[in-house]
Amino acid sequence: MEKGLTNFGKEDLEKISSAGIDISEKTRSASFLQEDGEVILTKSLLKGVEILNREEALNRYPEVRKYYGKAFKTLDRDFPKDTEKGYFIRVKKGTVVQLPVQACLFLKKKRFEQKVHNIIIVEEGAKAYLITGCASSKSAEESFHLGVSEFFVHKGGYLNFTMIHSWRKDISVKPVSIALVEEGATFVSNYICLHAVKEVSMYPTAVLLGKNARASFNSLILSHFGSFQDIGSRVVFREGYTSAEMISRAVSVGGRIIARGHLKSEAKNVKAHLECRGLIISQEGTIHAIPELETDYRDVELSHEAAIGKISREEIEYLCARGFPREQAQAIIIRGFMDVEILALPEVLKNEIKQLEEKTLRSGF
Amino acid sequence: MFKIEELRVRVNGKDVLNDINISIDKGEVLILFGPNGSGKTSLLKTILGFSGYSIERGKILFEGKVLNQLPTEERVKLGIGIMFQHPPKIRGVRLEQIAEFLARDGEEIEKLADKLSLKDHLNREINLDFSGGEMKRSELFQVLLQKPKLLLLDEPESGVDIENISIMGEVLNQYLKETNASALIITHTGYILDYVDANKAYVLIDGKIWCQGNPREIFESIRKDGYEKCKECEWKKV
Repeated sequence: MEKGLTNFGKEDLEKISSAGIDISEKTRSASFLQEDGEVILTKSLLKGVEILNREEALNRYPEVRKYYGKAFKTLDRDFPKDTEKGYFIRVKKGTVVQLPVQACLFLKKKRFEQKVHNIIIVEEGAKAYLITGCASSKSAEESFHLGVSEFFVHKGGYLNFTMIHSWRKDISVKPVSIALVEEGATFVSNYICLHAVKEVSMYPTAVLLGKNARASFNSLILSHFGSFQDIGSRVVFREGYTSAEMISRAVSVGGRIIARGHLKSEAKNVKAHLECRGLIISQEGTIHAIPELETDYRDVELSHEAAIGKISREEIEYLCARGFPREQAQAIIIRGFMDVEILALPEVLKNEIKQLEEKTLRSGF
Repeated sequence: MFKIEELRVRVNGKDVLNDINISIDKGEVLILFGPNGSGKTSLLKTILGFSGYSIERGKILFEGKVLNQLPTEERVKLGIGIMFQHPPKIRGVRLEQIAEFLARDGEEIEKLADKLSLKDHLNREINLDFSGGEMKRSELFQVLLQKPKLLLLDEPESGVDIENISIMGEVLNQYLKETNASALIITHTGYILDYVDANKAYVLIDGKIWCQGNPREIFESIRKDGYEKCKECEWKKV
C-alpha cells in the first residue's frame, strides 16, 4: 500500500492537521508530503498542476534546472547548497486552480536536520493557492528544519502562499525564501505560527520585476515562553508602477519577537505600506518592531505604522460588562487582534484557519 | 430590587462619590442628572465593579444580594446591563460575535438588528468607524440582548439624530414595558424623557446627590437655571 497522509498515528495526524493539511485531501487539488528526508507522497488531481520531489523534477525537466538558484542570483545572494529534496510545484500556463495545493514538511526523528529546497513556478496567467504545513512529531526532539524556497510568478500570474508552522518548543527553524514576481503578477504570502518553537529566523523577500506587479505579506504570530522569533518580510521594487502591502500581528505570551519589515524601492512610482501591531500579554514577553523604508527616488509613496502595547483594561471590562468571564474576554481580544481577515485567503482556507486559531487559543498558552 | 446605601467611592486616591443613597423598585425608571464630572458615569462603573472604583464605605444591593465584592461578569449574570457612553473600539471583534454570545438564537439577533437598523453592522468590528449614533444603537442592541432586569444607560441619546432617538426610545420603552425591568438613565438632553415613563430623578453634583423629584420638573429647572440653582434648592434636598 502506498504510504500517504493516512498512514500516520493519531497524534501525528493531529499535528499535521494543525499545520493546515487536509488529511482527506478532499479540499485540495494536489498534495506533497515529506517526512524527515523521505518524500512520501506526491499526488496531483489536476492536469495543469505538477507536484514532484524537487530533485526528481530537476532530473526530469532540463528547463527546470535554470530555476534552481535563480531567485538568489537576482538579488546577488548566496544560498545553502546542502539541501535535499523538497517540493517542486508547477502550475501550467493559464491554469486556474480553485482548490489549494498542499505540501507538508514533517519532522519525525530525534535531532534530525531536514534541509529542503522548494521550487514553485506559476506560469503566465496561472492562478493557484498553496498551503504549506510545517509540523513535527512528539518524537522529533531538538530537530532542525531549513526550508529554502524559490517562487517564480510569471507574467499575469497569481500565487497565494500560506505557510503554517506547528513545531515544538525545542525545534529550530530557518525558512529562506525569495519570490520573483513579473509584470502584472501577484504574490501573496501568509504566515501563521501559533505553536511553541525554539527559534524561527526568516526574512522572506519578494522582488517585483515588472509593471503592475504586486506583493502582499501578512503574518499572525503567537510567541510562547521560551520561543524566539525573528520574523520579517521584504519587498524589493525593481520596476515602477508596482505596489506592496505588509500586515503583521504579533502577540507575545512570554516569547521574544523581532518583527521586521523592509520596503526597498529601486524605481519610481512605487506605492507600499507596512503595518505592524504587537500585543504583549506577559511580563516576560518582548516585541521589537523594526520597520524600514528605503529609496533613492522622490516619486514613491512608502509608509509604515507600528504600534506595540498591552491589552487595554477598558476593552476587557467592556466584554466583562457583557457577561464574558475575564479570561474569555482576554482570549476574545487576542483572537480579534490576530484577525484571520487580514490574510488574503479564499473562504475555504479562511474558515479552516479560523478554526485552527480557535482551537489553539482555546487550549490556552 | 436595587439599592445603594451610604456609598463612598475613591478613584486614584480621590473621593468621587460620597454618601450616595439610591433605591429603584421593580419596573421603576430613575433619571440621573448632573453636570460633567459630577460622578454619574463613576456611579454606573462602580455598580458594575470596574477596576479603579474602590468602595470605601456603603453597600450596593441587587435583589437583596450585596454586590460589593462580585466581579463584573457575576453582577451581569444577576441581571444588570449597561449601555456605555463611550464604548471602546475592539479590533477584530465583530458585533455579531457578542450578539451570538448574548442571544438565544439567530432570529432574535436578526429581529432586533433590523429594528435598530444594525443588520449591516453585525459583521463589522465593534465600534470601529461607527458614527456616534451607530455606536449608541449598537450599545442598546447589546444591552437588550442581555435581557437585564436593571438597565444602566449612560447618555443613551447623545450624538443621535432625532429620527434614531425616536427609534431607540420606542425600542427601549417597549422592552421596559414588556419585561417590567428597571432602569437608571443618565441624560443631558432630556430627549429620552419623551419615550420612557420615568418616575423620579436625582441630581448629582460634586459626587453627592443634591435633590430628587419629578424628572420633568427637575429637567425644566436645570434647563432654565442651570445646576447652580439646584444647589440652592433646599426644599428638595435629600
